[in-house]
Amino acid sequence: MITSLASSLALDVLAPYEFGFFNRGLVAATLAGGLCGVLGVYVVLRGMSYIGHGLSHAVFGGAAASAVMSVNFFVGAGLWGVISGVLIGRISRRKILGADAAIGIVTTASFAGGIALLNRYGQARKSIEAVLFGSVLGVSWGDVIAILAVGLAVCAVLLFAYRAFLFSTFDPEVARVSGERVSLIEVVLMVMLSGTILVTMRVIGTLLISALLVIPAATARMTTNSFSRMLVISPVLGAASCFVGMNLSYHLDTSAGATIILVAAAAFTAMYLLAGRRARVRVASLHHV
Amino acid sequence: MIIIDTEPIIRCDALSVAYDTGYALENVTVHVRRGEFVGIVGPSGSGKTSLLRAITGAVPAARGSVEVGPGIRIGYVPQVESVDWNFPITVAEVLTMTRTRRRWPSATRAESEEMSHILGGLGLEGLGHRHIRELSGGQQQRVFIARAMFGRPDVLLLDEPTSGVDVRTRHEVLHLLHDLHHRGATIVLTTHDLNGLASHLPRLVCLNREVIADGPPRETLIPEVLERTYGAPLHVLEHGGMPIVLDHDYATNDLVRGVSHRLPVAQRPTRSRERDGGDRQ
Repeated sequence: MITSLASSLALDVLAPYEFGFFNRGLVAATLAGGLCGVLGVYVVLRGMSYIGHGLSHAVFGGAAASAVMSVNFFVGAGLWGVISGVLIGRISRRKILGADAAIGIVTTASFAGGIALLNRYGQARKSIEAVLFGSVLGVSWGDVIAILAVGLAVCAVLLFAYRAFLFSTFDPEVARVSGERVSLIEVVLMVMLSGTILVTMRVIGTLLISALLVIPAATARMTTNSFSRMLVISPVLGAASCFVGMNLSYHLDTSAGATIILVAAAAFTAMYLLAGRRARVRVASLHHV
Repeated sequence: MIIIDTEPIIRCDALSVAYDTGYALENVTVHVRRGEFVGIVGPSGSGKTSLLRAITGAVPAARGSVEVGPGIRIGYVPQVESVDWNFPITVAEVLTMTRTRRRWPSATRAESEEMSHILGGLGLEGLGHRHIRELSGGQQQRVFIARAMFGRPDVLLLDEPTSGVDVRTRHEVLHLLHDLHHRGATIVLTTHDLNGLASHLPRLVCLNREVIADGPPRETLIPEVLERTYGAPLHVLEHGGMPIVLDHDYATNDLVRGVSHRLPVAQRPTRSRERDGGDRQ
């Protein structure tokens, strides 16, 4: 009886793997989790969480416009993201407003623009909702390849310029004095962040992607005091959250993006409760998380 | 043995630095030669850090010029208050990050040996794997001096190296810097600490947006210069051949008056006596 129960359970667990769309979504989500986990380390340690949140919302405006105008999604959303990033940079550099206010205005305006397009052109609703909340059904092998390509490029850049990125993250002023091109590193980081949001938003969804950038990295921070180890632990946690979240979403019949974030948040909570006081202090000291 | 070149390796000529709030430095001329050990003193907001930042190129000159000799490498040690002590980083990672020509994360064997040599020389042997927060105040300061040295600098710039540290750490840092200077390092530092640090240095630049005085402590730590620098009367006693700076409140108490009457007339805090007398009238 136990044997039959176990085999029935195994069949049930393996059931979603019979569907091609699920397999594509699972691979895409796991890769996306790893990619967000890697970049999340820099996002969290640089106090850029709000930028990640803002950029994902800004890109939504571009995604909406490209869907309505029948322009390629990556071109439309990517261009919109770059324009938003430049606008945020210009406003905050000219000190018209603080960077947080600039992010708030530009990205919410872009997001509102996307909503207005959604209201005006109802036929694009399905595509827009997929971008907002993520859609496993909408993931193609092309999306998987795009995530893989961006992931490999990000890993190559961060590995090849590991020390320069670490130096400019930990101590940008001294890095600048030592001859590091800190501004260039910031631009490259923003480009990598925009690229990551762009290729992963169809799986995770715009509204939840910033959480995947922050939660695994914040959880990893509680486990180690070493930057290099954090760079390994965070993507493993991100990928694991996505893998488990995707499977759970099938069985619970819930949104994939939401389930992934809930799994990641549960891992964070468990670590927070199990870890000692020192570990809690580490995560409490992170900026703007 | 300390050898001081005649040709400056850092030249600030008629330098002015401006921020949105106004000028931080005006018409400052300071030259630093190889082998010198220079302290920049002045009150908060006097432009000490701005001068260091202008030398590093972090802030531009509004007027005048800053020239750092060709091929001169600067090792900058920021204020410990500016360091994020919760950043997940070990002592070894703090050092290796400066060698960005090697792009790979891991240290080479030569780097590891050099790192051990520098850490050992600064009394930090065996601490490479420790997180920076797990160190004592003196060790933390020395880690950042070690990082600057790992970049093989020609000149070390230190911003308030004894700010916020206890007396023991201050002594450790002072001895370490003197040792580095005797081994040939060129050092420029800023400090608030007139008695604990500045009076032990061979050359002081008194700064209050402009250079008030530039020379050895015996010529710069005098009441006239200090009053112009700090905008308040300060008194100077001498103890064991070293000048000791006292503020007005200390100088007017009985204990100090008891000491000062034994000093040569020229070194007595006359201004305070006059002021006290005036008050009583």
